Amino acid sequence: MAINWFKYSSPASFYFLAGKMIPLFSIAAIILGAAGLYIGFFVAPTDFQQGEAYRIIFIHVPAAWLSMFLYVIMAIWSGIGLAFNTRLSSMVATAIAPTGAMFTFLALWTGALWGKPMWGTWWVWDARLTSELILLFLYIGFMSLQAAIDDPRRADKAGAMIALVGVVNIPIIYFSVKWWNTLHQGATVSLTQSPKMATTMLTGMLIMSLACWMYAIAVILIRTRAIILERERHTAWVGELQLQGATR
Amino acid sequence: MSDFFSMGGYGLYVWGSYLVAIVCIAGEVILVFNRRRTLMKHLSLIHQSNKQEKINETAS
Repeated sequence: MAINWFKYSSPASFYFLAGKMIPLFSIAAIILGAAGLYIGFFVAPTDFQQGEAYRIIFIHVPAAWLSMFLYVIMAIWSGIGLAFNTRLSSMVATAIAPTGAMFTFLALWTGALWGKPMWGTWWVWDARLTSELILLFLYIGFMSLQAAIDDPRRADKAGAMIALVGVVNIPIIYFSVKWWNTLHQGATVSLTQSPKMATTMLTGMLIMSLACWMYAIAVILIRTRAIILERERHTAWVGELQLQGATR
Repeated sequence: MSDFFSMGGYGLYVWGSYLVAIVCIAGEVILVFNRRRTLMKHLSLIHQSNKQEKINETAS
């Protein structure tokens, strides 16, 4: 059986596919979020060094991971849109940016609230914190640039340039704790070493990360659908939708 | 219970983190649904005016 790999690269078929997937991801996000918070607050033990303050980790680390992953995914879709002129890929990239910016802000905010009791300061200009702040500016720059250009296809291309150039910041964030002497601690979870934390803490953190992933996918799909309708409002298939009363 | 909320004296920091996280996520969800609702209203307005135009055309 031949599979048509390009079927879902058409905004119309993607619109319906996404509509079916949103409830699944939303339910997964709620269940995983509840489980992750339960483990984080009731199962994971108190840290012997940081006391209860370390419980910020269950939102701080997932938010920071997502802020970086979402940027890379946004850049990849932007790049595909730029290279192959595929409308849908650029729409997905545009839909990712606000969620990425939200997680970046959360990573910075929770980091400040964790830094105050542990380091005695809300903020330092160390490499990890500064590069994460630059990430927030990249997201904001991407969104403002796209908002400033009226023609959506040109906005896609201009945004893609920022997204692709900004990718250089991602390895800088990730390796900043190795390359420079930072106040921020090194990676707690890495692929090459066994984790330096209790299993229940790690489980809670991983489940919370999955919950954030599911949330991000759900909200990005909802936003992508809105962008598709906005841009395709003059097409025949959106007209069909209106006839069926499906746009109410 | 109050032990739970005081978080060993770190309550302000821990709850300050989670509260803002919940506000951000709820805010994003509200914004994205508002965007969809406004869009749908707009689309049905266009649809209505198109229909009206067709009726007017056939009448004249």
